[in-house]
Amino acid sequence: MTAIDPTAHLTAEQIEELGRELDAIRDEVIASRGEKDAAYIRKVISAQRKLELVSRGILLFSIFPPAWIVGTAGLSVAKIMDNMEIGHNILHGQWDWMRDPKIHSTTWDWDHVSPADQWKHSHNELHHKYTNVIGKDNDLGYGIMRVDEDQKWHPIHLGQPLWNFINACFFEYGIAAYDLELGKNLHKRRRKNPEFRARAKAVGRKIRKQVLKDYVIHPLLSGPSFLTTLAATFTANIIRNLWSHSVIMCGHFPEGVQVFERRSIKGETRGQWYLRQMMGSANISGSKAMHFMTGNLSHQIEHHLFPDLPSNRYAEVAVKVRALFEKYELDYVTGPLPKQVFSAWHKVFRLSLPNKKVKTPDRERELVAA
Amino acid sequence: MTSTALRSRAWQLLEMVTTPLLPSDYLDLFSPLRAGADLRGRIEAVHAETPDAATIVIRPGKGWRGHVAGQYVRIGVDVDGVRLWRAYSVTSPTNRQDGRITITVKAIPDGKVSNHLVRHAKPGTVIQLDQATGEFVLPKTKPAKVLYLTAGSGITPVMGMLRDAQLEDVVMVHSAPRKQDVIFRNDLHDLVADKSLRLVELHTDTDGMLDVARLHELVPDWAERETWACGPTGMLDAAEAHWAANGIAERLHTERFRPTIVVAGDGGEVTFGTTGKTVDADGATPLLDVGEAAGVLMPSGCRMGICFGCSTPLKAGAVRDLRTGEITEAEPGVLVQTCVSAAAGPCELER
Repeated sequence: MTAIDPTAHLTAEQIEELGRELDAIRDEVIASRGEKDAAYIRKVISAQRKLELVSRGILLFSIFPPAWIVGTAGLSVAKIMDNMEIGHNILHGQWDWMRDPKIHSTTWDWDHVSPADQWKHSHNELHHKYTNVIGKDNDLGYGIMRVDEDQKWHPIHLGQPLWNFINACFFEYGIAAYDLELGKNLHKRRRKNPEFRARAKAVGRKIRKQVLKDYVIHPLLSGPSFLTTLAATFTANIIRNLWSHSVIMCGHFPEGVQVFERRSIKGETRGQWYLRQMMGSANISGSKAMHFMTGNLSHQIEHHLFPDLPSNRYAEVAVKVRALFEKYELDYVTGPLPKQVFSAWHKVFRLSLPNKKVKTPDRERELVAA
Repeated sequence: MTSTALRSRAWQLLEMVTTPLLPSDYLDLFSPLRAGADLRGRIEAVHAETPDAATIVIRPGKGWRGHVAGQYVRIGVDVDGVRLWRAYSVTSPTNRQDGRITITVKAIPDGKVSNHLVRHAKPGTVIQLDQATGEFVLPKTKPAKVLYLTAGSGITPVMGMLRDAQLEDVVMVHSAPRKQDVIFRNDLHDLVADKSLRLVELHTDTDGMLDVARLHELVPDWAERETWACGPTGMLDAAEAHWAANGIAERLHTERFRPTIVVAGDGGEVTFGTTGKTVDADGATPLLDVGEAAGVLMPSGCRMGICFGCSTPLKAGAVRDLRTGEITEAEPGVLVQTCVSAAAGPCELER
């Protein structure tokens, strides 16, 4: 809602037509899903596991600096692959159609402190349904930041550049706290809620296992390399966290992305839902390797339109989606990674201060009617 | 500490090393057929039997417990990237020296798995496997006189029996549309040449369908023989009626390849409790199909109500057996076969 509604020129009929065209793109992919796609995800999973094995093997000798560097780099990449292209996408149900119980949203778990089922609820059910709706989508600033002028300013937001940096370093814990809705649930009365306690326990168990693996078992296995392996796994976790935090910030925070009022989604049609996803997400442009390392979340717009299509198909879908943006004269927000990261951080800094009192004409507050 | 306890300790430690994955997730990368793995098999060869049937040679994983002649095995094959399970009779003898087993598959029109196996299966492919099962087997004490009554791909479990046991007096009446459609024709004629089998081979395109009521013209002593019959529903129904009419129903053993669907009632809303999915289903569609269409991970097997591979707890409501019309209502511990059950009003499955 940063400016004039960029979708105001569309009639209700056009919006529904847009929805039908997007449905057609989705149907095409579903009809052609098959052996090649299945081979793709199996290859990625197999490569990730081998990379992790080799990297952890090398780290057994991490006392030698070259081994430390190679092992840490490999483990960082393996952890990023696990979380992004593999975990995030499998937990979305993108590969459920294969009916392979080993690669299924209901059975998968990832190298992350948030248990898969809690993450699926807060991410798949809340964030993807209520994308960028203020008060509904907690991804908008994760409940600790102000990322749109329409979110109310509090003095605590002065520190948000710092909160954001800390969150970036320990992002997986941030996600776990966020999936627990810790902010809301830490109130005295809610803390005793048995459902919350059960979920908190599950998070505790997951954290214990992850910490034990990364910071006790593997260092112990390394013998004389105990401390250097500990440092290596810690570094790999930080790198994974910084990377995934950057990618995810680029999805909804850069300038040009729209947010929506709670009442604007009442009675929302399929077409209007699609339109909100289109206006509420931003892409990252770049090489194939970059797309892969972001888990194809660089195709955030396409992912938000079709969260359950296999990630390896987003690149081809993007060409068709972009053509629709042009046809309907909508702004496709995209840019190279450094530019988008800068844009998102810039917003975090800018909105740590209250809104400027004087409204310039192009900063007029108008609701997006989508 | 016993060695088993020690091993389980070591395994627990390994699990701490690999969490959230399991040690087996890594071992599977290198050795999918090892002892302790989920049971799998590797296709090692595919031999054409007829223009539309092929024998698949499978090396089963270390966990394979063997089979009894006449039994079938459930296999899970990825067709167009989708894991599909079907049941096929084992056609190799139980004492095969190289430890491999064979199944023989006839491609049926629109059969996804059968067409894939006959025409596209490649040696080297790893498939999912289940232990052999089935009651269509020879008894421990071998009967003196045996009749095998088969048609089409119904010959496959019987071939497993023929190859396995040397019996004194065996007659086989087998029907297929044409000579070139007879699966195992050469093997059968070898047995005939050995004098270990008397074969009545009917080509129904020219000879017409077998009239079970006139079986005595082909096999005069049919009523004295312990009989195993496998083939299309029509033939089996006729055989069961004929044997019953002669008061010797207990001498007939049958194996069906297709469910006989008799009834469809009202459908209802089906809830898959574990995944939280809810869909409307009509009274004729098997719940297995309903769940699969909704993206629920449904276990499945023969898809015809015999193997119980699809059994799923019914938590609430009622379902109708599509073969008999019988209604099953939810009670603690009640499992239903989703492949032959449809919604009979709103119901909930634990999936």
